[in-house]
Amino acid sequence: MGVPRGPAPKLLVALGAVLLCAGSYWGLAKAPGEVFMGDVQRIMYVHVPTAWNAMLALTFAFVCAVFFLFTNSWKWDNRLEAAMEVGVLLSLLLCTQGAIWAKPTWGVWWDWDPRLTTTAVMVFAFGGILALRAFVDDPMKRAVWSAVACIVAFADVPIVYFSVKWWNSLHQAQSSPETVSKAFHWPLRINAFGILFLWTGLVMLRSRLAALRLRSEIAPPLPERPRRAGADTEASGSAW
Amino acid sequence: MIAVAAEGLCRRYGRRWALTDVSFEVPEGALVMVTGRNGSGKSTLLRVLATAIRADLGTARILGHDLRADRDEVREKTALLGHRTHLYEPLTALENLALVARFLGREGRRSALLERLAEVGLSDRADDPVQTFSAGMRQRLALARVLQQEARVMLLDEPYGHLDAPGFLLVDEVLRRLRAGGATVLMATHLLQRGRALCDRSLVLDGGRLVFAGATAEMPAPAGADGAGFAEGA
Amino acid sequence: MTALLVAVRKDFLLQWRGRAQIIAIFAFGAATLLLFSFAIGPDSVALRQHAAGFLWLGLLLASTLSLAESFEREMEEQALEGLLLLPASARALYYGKAIANCAQLAAIGAALVPVMVVLYDAGTIRLLSLLGVIVLGTAGLSAPGTLYAAMTAQTRARQTLLPLLLFPLVVPVLLAAVKATSLLILGDPMGQLRPWVSLLVAFAVVQWALGGLLFGRVVED
Repeated sequence: MGVPRGPAPKLLVALGAVLLCAGSYWGLAKAPGEVFMGDVQRIMYVHVPTAWNAMLALTFAFVCAVFFLFTNSWKWDNRLEAAMEVGVLLSLLLCTQGAIWAKPTWGVWWDWDPRLTTTAVMVFAFGGILALRAFVDDPMKRAVWSAVACIVAFADVPIVYFSVKWWNSLHQAQSSPETVSKAFHWPLRINAFGILFLWTGLVMLRSRLAALRLRSEIAPPLPERPRRAGADTEASGSAW
Repeated sequence: MIAVAAEGLCRRYGRRWALTDVSFEVPEGALVMVTGRNGSGKSTLLRVLATAIRADLGTARILGHDLRADRDEVREKTALLGHRTHLYEPLTALENLALVARFLGREGRRSALLERLAEVGLSDRADDPVQTFSAGMRQRLALARVLQQEARVMLLDEPYGHLDAPGFLLVDEVLRRLRAGGATVLMATHLLQRGRALCDRSLVLDGGRLVFAGATAEMPAPAGADGAGFAEGA
Repeated sequence: MTALLVAVRKDFLLQWRGRAQIIAIFAFGAATLLLFSFAIGPDSVALRQHAAGFLWLGLLLASTLSLAESFEREMEEQALEGLLLLPASARALYYGKAIANCAQLAAIGAALVPVMVVLYDAGTIRLLSLLGVIVLGTAGLSAPGTLYAAMTAQTRARQTLLPLLLFPLVVPVLLAAVKATSLLILGDPMGQLRPWVSLLVAFAVVQWALGGLLFGRVVED
């Protein structure tokens, strides 16, 4: 099992951080304030990109889960673990940002906005899967089970969203930062790419960590490998 | 015909290779003793052949069917008597056997099942739940359950396990009958004397590796004096 | 198909033999309903308004006990493995277990209705519809619940892991079932029951399909 080295992830993280700083500065300090909502609305420049990326990260986790079940290749499990952690982190950030926006706007920390509520449910769902991983010692079982749980949880997301939306629509229609008109796209896009590069780099680094840990958990391949007719389950190539 | 053909079987548990490069062939109708010290990989080998667990490397064919590619056919043709009894504790002896019969698509007529229980000396406990059974009785029922499957290849892990002296004779009798019926039997056991008497072929495992495969008569004597040798049974 | 019938029969038989446990789980559910009323206070109006929520929360909590227990018997002597090796179809074993779990939860739910009526003054004439909602809701709980119970039964912290995994997943069931039950209890002048019932059906269909597909991977090595 080769654990790749290469500078790519660290470059991505650096690039992402730079873009995020630039976009945030532009949006939070330089861009003109929104007419009705004032400065609080500026959080949208961070909130919207975080939302896109959280969804992207968890979608990538789902893809990794499916690929793992089909290929049984460890690299997809390593990526799954990394993607879920990043996804949960971004989702937590999203909920925090939502609360920061809601308090001055509505006077309460949480306003049951369908998107944010769904995100909160996802934090618990995928966080639970990360907890599951911590309690399973056998690497193969751990990988298979978290892939299965990830698929079930991800398939649930649209249903959760619609059910919360209907549930909440019976009350006064709430708004969230992104429902207000967006005057300037550029800070938004810069931040979106900034966070994208940041989490992509982090996922790559984290996958390497997972691959290294796997190495210490699983016996190395046998020195004299017998000639075999059937396929084996060892991953050939990179395992991150 | 070759009943079991293993090539390079390897299986790991965490950092340890429980089986390393195990290759052998067993002809149909043979009664094979699989022996070795505790932790040598006997149970693992039988479980891999039964497809209860997968081999990490290597292949094996049971009556021509590949373990990985034809898993269901292998399962049809094999029966595993493992360390756990595979029994439902709240169900009665009869109900456990009937379950096997029905899942195999066969009729579970009470009379036939009672006969099966009589074979293992449990006919008077047919309608008692397994949770009231002693360890020896559970072992007998597990044996009956395995016989119920009527498999061509029997994989028995310590069949003498918890049994008393009559139980030992029962297992001997079962093995003879299986042999007469043309079944192939791989039996893991510590009871070397008994094994030598019954089995014409042997496989000896040590630390996950196959150190001997051949006629029982030519089997190397076990290490004794160092305290870590084979246990001699009744 | 016969494998499915054999599996269902096996699971119902196991449940019947373990009926003392089921009664205990019902008692647990009833106790939680009592505790909810203590949490709210002796305000009959508020209690009636939230009765549906209490019923489904109580049922959800009881389900963790019921689902976990359903795999105890399968794992203690590795009986499930024994069946898989016959070979028995993993899918049939899953659906058999899920059907039995659904029936058990629905029975507990139905038994909790009189408790709800007494404690919260929350009854309904439309009993058949209520039963229907209970069946659909417990179907939504038991499909993923059976899948996760099979997993967690093989881990160390099984009692905490099962609710941790299940609860976020079944939020749609909770929302829809509570809403539907509430409409039946408090009245449904605008005919809003249908969409909630459809949501329950959609959720159940997706989960039962996914469970059948994935169960094999969960229990096989």
